[in-house]
Amino acid sequence: MSVLVDKNSKIIVQGFTGKEGSFHAGQMIEYGTNVVGGVTPGKGGSTHLDKPVFNSVVEAVEKVGADTSIIFVPPRFAGDAVMEAAEAGIKVIICITEGIPVQDMVKVKAYIEKFDCRLIGPNCPGVMTPGEAKVGIMPGFIHNPGRIGIVSRSGTLTYEAVDQVTKAGLGQSTCIGIGGDPIVGTTTKDAVQLLMEDPDTDGIIMIGEIGGNMEADAARWIKENATKPVVGFIAGQTAPKGRTMGHAGAIIGGKDDTAEAKMEIMAACGIHVVNSPADIGQTMLKALKG
Amino acid sequence: MNLHEYQGKDLLTSYGVAVQKGAVADTVDDAIKAYNKIQADTGADLAVVKAQIHAGGRGKGGGVKLAKSLAELKEHAGNILGMMLKTPQTPGGMEGPGKLVRKILVAEDCYVPTFDSCKEYYVSIMMDREKKQNVIIYSTEGGMNIEEVAEETPHLVHKEYIDPHLGLQGFQARKVAFNLGMSGTAMKNMVKFISKLYKAFVGSDSSLFEINPCLKTGNDDIIAVDCKVTLDENALFRHPDLEALRDTDEEDPTEVEAKAFGLNYVKLDGNVGCMVNGAGLAMATMDIIKLSGGSPANFLDVGGTADAARVEQAFNIILRDDNVKAILINIFGGIVRCDRVAQGVVDAYRNMGNINVPIIVRLQGTNADIAKKIIDESGLEVHSAIQLQEAASIVEKVLSA
Repeated sequence: MSVLVDKNSKIIVQGFTGKEGSFHAGQMIEYGTNVVGGVTPGKGGSTHLDKPVFNSVVEAVEKVGADTSIIFVPPRFAGDAVMEAAEAGIKVIICITEGIPVQDMVKVKAYIEKFDCRLIGPNCPGVMTPGEAKVGIMPGFIHNPGRIGIVSRSGTLTYEAVDQVTKAGLGQSTCIGIGGDPIVGTTTKDAVQLLMEDPDTDGIIMIGEIGGNMEADAARWIKENATKPVVGFIAGQTAPKGRTMGHAGAIIGGKDDTAEAKMEIMAACGIHVVNSPADIGQTMLKALKG
Repeated sequence: MNLHEYQGKDLLTSYGVAVQKGAVADTVDDAIKAYNKIQADTGADLAVVKAQIHAGGRGKGGGVKLAKSLAELKEHAGNILGMMLKTPQTPGGMEGPGKLVRKILVAEDCYVPTFDSCKEYYVSIMMDREKKQNVIIYSTEGGMNIEEVAEETPHLVHKEYIDPHLGLQGFQARKVAFNLGMSGTAMKNMVKFISKLYKAFVGSDSSLFEINPCLKTGNDDIIAVDCKVTLDENALFRHPDLEALRDTDEEDPTEVEAKAFGLNYVKLDGNVGCMVNGAGLAMATMDIIKLSGGSPANFLDVGGTADAARVEQAFNIILRDDNVKAILINIFGGIVRCDRVAQGVVDAYRNMGNINVPIIVRLQGTNADIAKKIIDESGLEVHSAIQLQEAASIVEKVLSA
C-alpha cells in the first residue's frame, strides 16, 4: 500500500492539452499511471493521448469516476482550477503550477476547506507511488518500490533523496512533494502524519528549507507521535537572510525560520538530522537498523 | 518587488489613505519647487528631505533631514542627492559602501503645529503563512524597530486576522483603534485609515505594507508618515501599472541581467560559484560547499533547460565575481538529460576559452554515465562526479590545493 495515490487512483489532468500538460501526461501514462482523461474547457468531446477530454471536472467525475486530479494550468487560472476540482468532488488535487499569486491561494485555501479533499502543492513536483502511480513531473526511473516515505518542499532535491534511498538498496512507499510556496495545501506535518500512519512505510525522510515554521510544527508532532525513524535535512544553511521575506515577517514564527533553528528543533524532537544533503540515504539505512 | 516610499504613498493615496504630502525630486531645482508648494499649501517653512532608496533606517545614515528654511532645504537636498547612503539595511550595513541616492522626497512636516500632542503608532499588513490569512499587526510603539518591540514587550504588539471570505470587518477596524487607545474623532479616522489601507493591500496584491510611523496629529488626523510596500511578484501580471514602477537601479545589476536570461541568481560573498537546477537543490549545494571548507559565492538556479547557451550565460555571470576560486555545477537530470547538459558545459567552456578556475561538474540522473564520459574525454580542466559526496570531496581538494 501507499498514501494518496496508487494503481487504483482514477486520475485526470487539468490543462490536459497544453504543452506542459501533454508532455507530463504522456510521461505519466508511459509509467503506467491510471490516467482516465483530462479537462480543457472548450475541447470537451475530443480525444487526446488516446484519453477523453472533458469540458469540466464535474463531467470527468460523472463520466469516468475521476477521484484524483493533477493541475498544469497557468498561474492566473490555477487557483480557479483547484476550486473547480474541489467543488466537483475530487479527493486528491495535485497542483504543479508555479507562480500563483499569494492572495489567490489565501482564497483558494479557505474555499476548499469545506470539501472533503486534500490539496498537494502548488509549486510542487507531485506525488509518486513507485510501481503504481506517477502523478507529477518527477523522473520515474530513479524510483524503486519500497518502504521509505519522502516529504519535501523542493523538486530536484527530492529526486536527490529518492536516488540516494534507491542506491542505499531501499525503495520508496510514496514521495510527496508538498511544494515551495508560502501557502501549500498539505503541510510537512500533514504529509508526515499520512506516512506515519501508513503500515507499509518503515521510515520517513523529511526535507525542508528556510522560511515558515512547517518543519518545526512537524518536528513537535513527530516527538509525540513517532513510531518509525525520521531523517531530516533543511536546505539553506548558508542562505542570506531577508532576501525573500519582508522584515515585518520576522515577527511571525521568526524564531523557527533559519535552517539552524529548524535543525535544532528537529534534532531535539528525535529526528536524525543530517548536515549534508549527501548523507540522507545512508543515514536512513542506519536509522532503520536502529 | 519593493516600491520606493514616494511610490508607495502614491499607491496609498489612490485608495484614499491619508499620507504625508510631498513631491519627489531628482535635482535641487525640483526640490525647491516641491518646497515652495509645501510652503504655499501649509503656510509653514518646514519640510523633510528623505532619501529614496530601498532600505530602512535611512535616518541613521543621514538620509532624512528637516529643513527649516529654503536655504536649509537647498543644503540638505544638495547633500543627500548623489550621496552614498549607509543604513543598517544597505549591503554591508553601516560598514558597507552604501547606496547611491538618485531621488529625494520633499515632504511636509506633519508634526507641526501640534508637535506636543502628536503620537506615533506602528501598522503593518502581511500574509500570515501559518494561519494562511492576512493579518494586521499594530502597536502603540510607533517609530521603533518592531522586531525589538515584539521581543522585549510582546504585549504591546497586537494582531488582527482577516477572514479570507469576508475581508476586514468594521468591528475589527474599531478594535484596532480602541487597542491603540483612541476615541472620538481619532478613532473614527483610524477606522477609515485601516479600512482603506486594507483595501489598498488586497487591491494591489501586496505581500507587505508597513506604516511606521503612522501618526496621530494633535488634530486627530491619522497619517502615514512613512511606508514600505512590497508587491507579490507573482501577481504583477494583474498590475502592469505597478510593475512599471520597478526601479532596477535599486537591484543588483548582475541579478537583473541574470533574470533577463531566465536565471535565478543571488550574489553572495563566498569563493565557490555554483550552478544548479532547482531552488532546493541549489540551496543544498551551497550548504555542501560550506561543508567542504568553501563558502558559496552565489545562489543560481538555471531552471529546466540547461543547454550550452544557458550554461554560458551562467558561467559569464559567476566568473564576473573575482572572489570565485572554483565552480561547482550540480544538475540532477530528470526530464533534462545529463549528456545534453554535459555537452552544454563543454561547448560553453570552449566558447569562452578563458576560464581560469577549476570546474567541478556533478551530473546525476538520466544518462549520467554518458555525461561523465563526455566531460572526461573533453580534455578540459573539468572534474566530473556522479555522487554528491564525490563532488564535495573534489571541491574540498581543489580548495586546499
